[in-house]
Order: sequence, then C-alpha cells, then structure tokens
Amino acid sequence: MSTAVADKRPSSTLRGASLPKWSPYAIAVGSVAVAAGIGLAAGLDSRIQWGLIAAILFVLGTYVISARVEGRRQAKDRVATSLVWVAFLLALLPLVSLVWTTVSRGVKVLDVYFLTHSMGLISDTEPGGGIYHAIIGSLEQVGLATVIAAPIGVLTAIYLVEYGRGNLARSVTFFVDVMTGIPSIVAGLFILSIMLMFDMQPFGFAGSLALAILMMPVVVRSTEEMLKLVPNELREASLALGVPKWRTILKVVLPTSIGGITTGIMLAVARIAGETAPVLLLVWGNSLINSNPFEGAQQSLPLYIYQQYQNSQGSGAAYDRAWAAALTLIAFVMILNLVARGIARWKAPKTGR
Amino acid sequence: MDITTKNTEAPPPAPQPTVAEQKRAARGATRPGDRIFLGLSRGSGILLLVIMAAIAGFLAYRASIAISKDDANFLTAFEWNTGLLPPKFGIAVLAFGTVVSSIIAMVIAVPIAVAIALFLTHYAPRRLRGPIAYVIDLLAAVPSIVYGLWGALILVPHMTGLFGWLDEYLGWTGIFSWQAGAPRSMLTVGILLAIMILPIITNVSREVFRQAPQMIEEAALALGATRWEVIRMAVLPFGRSGVISASMLGLGRALGETMAVATVLSPSFTIQTSLLDPGGGTFAQNIASKFSEASELGRDALIASGLVLFVITLLVNGAARMIIARRKEYSGANA
Repeated sequence: MSTAVADKRPSSTLRGASLPKWSPYAIAVGSVAVAAGIGLAAGLDSRIQWGLIAAILFVLGTYVISARVEGRRQAKDRVATSLVWVAFLLALLPLVSLVWTTVSRGVKVLDVYFLTHSMGLISDTEPGGGIYHAIIGSLEQVGLATVIAAPIGVLTAIYLVEYGRGNLARSVTFFVDVMTGIPSIVAGLFILSIMLMFDMQPFGFAGSLALAILMMPVVVRSTEEMLKLVPNELREASLALGVPKWRTILKVVLPTSIGGITTGIMLAVARIAGETAPVLLLVWGNSLINSNPFEGAQQSLPLYIYQQYQNSQGSGAAYDRAWAAALTLIAFVMILNLVARGIARWKAPKTGR
Repeated sequence: MDITTKNTEAPPPAPQPTVAEQKRAARGATRPGDRIFLGLSRGSGILLLVIMAAIAGFLAYRASIAISKDDANFLTAFEWNTGLLPPKFGIAVLAFGTVVSSIIAMVIAVPIAVAIALFLTHYAPRRLRGPIAYVIDLLAAVPSIVYGLWGALILVPHMTGLFGWLDEYLGWTGIFSWQAGAPRSMLTVGILLAIMILPIITNVSREVFRQAPQMIEEAALALGATRWEVIRMAVLPFGRSGVISASMLGLGRALGETMAVATVLSPSFTIQTSLLDPGGGTFAQNIASKFSEASELGRDALIASGLVLFVITLLVNGAARMIIARRKEYSGANA
C-alpha cells in the first residue's frame, strides 16, 4: 500500500500523500485529448463514441494514478466519485438532447396561426393547419377529469389522515399505492369495456373518466403528505375550543395545507395532460373543432402529436406540426409544473418543527 | 436505568389517547355536519376501492368473452389474428417483448439512477443540488409521446453505430446479432424506456438516501473512512429496500409504457432471439397499434391482453409497496 510514499512520511499511516486538487481536471483534459486522438486515428465519426472512450479513459486513469500515489482505498474512492459524475453527465446527455430537439424543431411552425386554427379541410401532407381543436379538446378533457378526480382525491386523503383507522383505511392506502402504477392504457381499456357494453361511440368525456382514474391516486398521495405536515397542535387547539371536527378540517387543516394540495393537483394535471393512450382508445381524434365533450370524437394534444407523426413517415408538414404540438404540450406541462412549485414555496405550511 | 429499559420494552402507552379519540369521535359523529363529512370522505375512499374492483371485473368479463372464442391457446400462441374464422390469438410474443424490454430498461436505468441519486445527496456541489433535483422533477413530467418522437428521430439513428459494434464483437452470442434493417428493436426500446424511468427511480432513491442516518455517516468519516466507504457501509445498506421499491415503481412504468414503444419499435408477431433485430411487441404497444382496425372481437382480445398487463403491474406495484411498508415509514404529525 505505501511503497514509494511510505519513506517520505513514515509517521502517518492514516493519510498518505494526496493528489493535488487540480488532478481530476488534469486527468479529464488528458483523457479527452487522448480520446480525440484515438477517434481521429481510428476514424470514428460519432462524437458519442469519443465521449465514451474519454469516460472510460478518465475512470481508468484516475484509478491507476491514484492507486500509485495514494493507495487502493483512496483510488476506489476516486473511481466511485468519477463514476458518479460520469453517470450524471451521461444521463444529462439524452435529456438535454430531448429538450433541444423539441425546441429547435418545434419553433418551425409554431405561431399564432398554428395555435388558433384547426385541421379542418387540410390534408396531412399540406402545410398549414393548427392545433386549436386539440387545445380545446385537451383543456375540456383534462378539466373534466380534474373536476372529478380532485374532490374525490382530496376527500380520500382527508379520510386517510383524519379519520382512517382499521382495515378499510389500510386497504385504501394499499390500493391507492397500487393504483398509482396502473398503466394508462389499462385505464383506457376499462372505460372502453364499459362503452362496449352499452354500445357507445367515442366521446371526450369517456377520455376524462379514464384520465380521472389515473389522476386520483396521485392527488390522494400528495394531499395525504400535505395533511400530515399540518401540526397536531393546530387541530387540538381548534377541537379544544369546541369546534366540530368537520369545521376544524375545513377551517384549520385545509387552509393550512392548501398550497401543498394545490401543488399536488397541478402536478397531477400536468401528468394526465400528456397521456395519449386512453385518449387514443376513447376519444379517437378529430380534425375538426368539436367543443362538446359529451358527444362525438374530439382531439387532444398528445393524440394529435401521435396521429401527425403516424401520418408523416418522419418528414414533411405533418411531421413539423407534430413537433410544434409537442413543444406546445411540453411548454404547457412545464408552466404548470413551475407555477405549482411556485405556489408550494409561496404557501408552504409552517410546520413548527 | 430501570426507566429506560421499561421505555424500550413497552411501546408508548397507546390505549389512553385512542379511548379519548374514540369518545371524541363518537360524540362528534352525532353532529350532522360531522356525520355528513365522515360519510363523504369515507365514501370517496370506498369509491376508489370500487373502481379498482370494477377495473378488474370489467376487464375480466370482456376478456372471458374473447378467450372463449379463441381457437388457439391464449397464453402460448404466437399469432394475433382476430379476423380469422375461427380467430386465433395469443400473448406469448407480447409477454416476451414486455418482459425483455423492461428488463433491459431496468439493467440500464437502476445503476445510473442510483449513481445520480448519490450524486445529488453526497457528491454534487451543495449549491447545485437544488436546481438539479428540480430539473429532474421536471423531466419526470415530460409526456411519453414526446419521448417517443425524440426516440424515433434522434435515438434510432444513433443506435446504428452501437448495433454494428455489438454485432461485430458480441454477435456470436446470438443475443447481439444484427441482420441490418433500421435499429427499431427491443434494445432500442429498452434504452428509451431506461431514459424515461430514470427520473422516477432517481427521485425516490434520493429521498431514501437523504434519510440515511447522518450520525452513522459522520462516525464512519471520523474513523477515517473515505467517502465511498461511507456510502458503501452506511448509505447503501440503509437505502437498499428503498432502491428496490423505487426500481419496481420504475419497472411498473416501463411495463405499461405505450406511446414511446409504439413510435420506436417496428412490431411483428415473432419472438426475436436477438435483441438487435427489429420485431416483437409489448402489451401496451400492441393495444395502441391494433386498436383502430380492430373488430368487436378484436377489441375484446386486446382487452384480454390488457388484463394480463394489469395483473402483472398490480403484482409488481404491490410487491414494491410491501417492501416499502416493511420499513418503518417516517411520518409527520398523525402517525
């Protein structure tokens, strides 16, 4: 372990020599340079391959150099550190690429015309057209789903936190957890099987029901967490003043946690707004504006993206429209997320702990 | 000494508060407002259970209609021809594809997600931790159809290099042989799924690692352990069950993913022994792509395959929750 180093510092067995602070950067620069050299020499076109070679060289180089100077334990530590960094950078790669692609492709046709016109009278290969009908459909379906799922979800969470005892509460908790993992397409098939039974044609509200099923458990979980953060002292103070329990919940517990609950609901909305599968099964899609969610096929943003992609074979006007709609959808979801988190920070419950 | 042993042996005196609570609840329940409110909240809890039961019931009912008309073995047949007389369809190919793509996704995603979670809790510069965690939260919200579009445009072309390399050096295994054709295969799907489930596994693991007892970590550091040794001895053992359940949550997502698979995979009703050759299918992808042309029986058959998917995800998620529940969960006020 301590060969060349030991004679310099014989007294210290706990800490051997250490590499200077800049050594990781030096090794990184060195390995990138060597990787670029190998890449040029071997004629590798893909920059990703260069990056991979650099990453491998970096980890190996760190281990060898550190093992020689500092000993095996320190070397392992450094390798772990560099592996963790490499994993992080590696994961960043597709995610940055995803955002960049969506934005750069999406801005091509995204303008006011695109947002305010439908696809009526426009065939898939023609340029023009827009997503107005899809936005209307999405807003209506997601809105109706929220109207159904939010009250049920919040009430269930209240039951679990404020009243829940015994077997019923335990099984509700368990099945809420399990329900979180239901694939969206299964929720769609469930509503579809009911519709088949009554021989119904596709319509927007059916999609809302499936989305509501997907949304409920998410709302329950987040609301539950928020209600648990409300300090018991508040409840006890209210009850001690003779306030009935239901008024305590409505006037003390809910107002204290309303910020977090709103955040949870908005995050759940953001999640279901991007669901394609149930809408594909239940709402079918429509190139015309249909603002009645209770009758006739409707369009929705994610479904629009899928259909335009399917019709385009990877190029042309429909493909551009798919990306523009994807950018709109991502922007919508991201704004919802940001606002939700803003509310959470602004109205964070004062836990007193 | 006496007092401390008593305290550790007997749980904190439970009966008194519950009696008081029961009394209060009993008195409260006589008020009409309380009764209505309790009824409403309990009712919505029960409604959730009813919905779960209804999902299972309705799917099973439609599935039974389809399976009774199936001329082939539903579990083992290698074809999906609902238009034939008599119709023949089976889920063997779909089950294989679903399991294989999810396993690939897990193998890739879990180590990277754990590494990122460790990065966020133990390695990243303190000032960057918040923003990075925030970005990962946002990425969990990117709709799957957008991942699908991206996968078809960017990921698929970038796979050709990797596939050629795998075929050249590992092709002899049979698993990694490649007969050309666009790389829209199970491996590509698995990699895309891995990217998609990375955020959720990272998030849950990060929460668990953050709860690892600080004192033990500090004690290990004080004894001269390196940072990696601290993580290996104090953080990872503590977080093991949390990581397992996080992975199973990710697995649940991967099993049921529809649109990303439907846009990236070029499906066929054959089992490809090589991960690089296009073909195969998953439950969800098959439902999405066969649905629009399906007859009534075809839809019932798809519902039957959906039922199988439902049962699989139910088992996976149930198992994940059991593992979480075994750990004493930290809870705030009302434990």
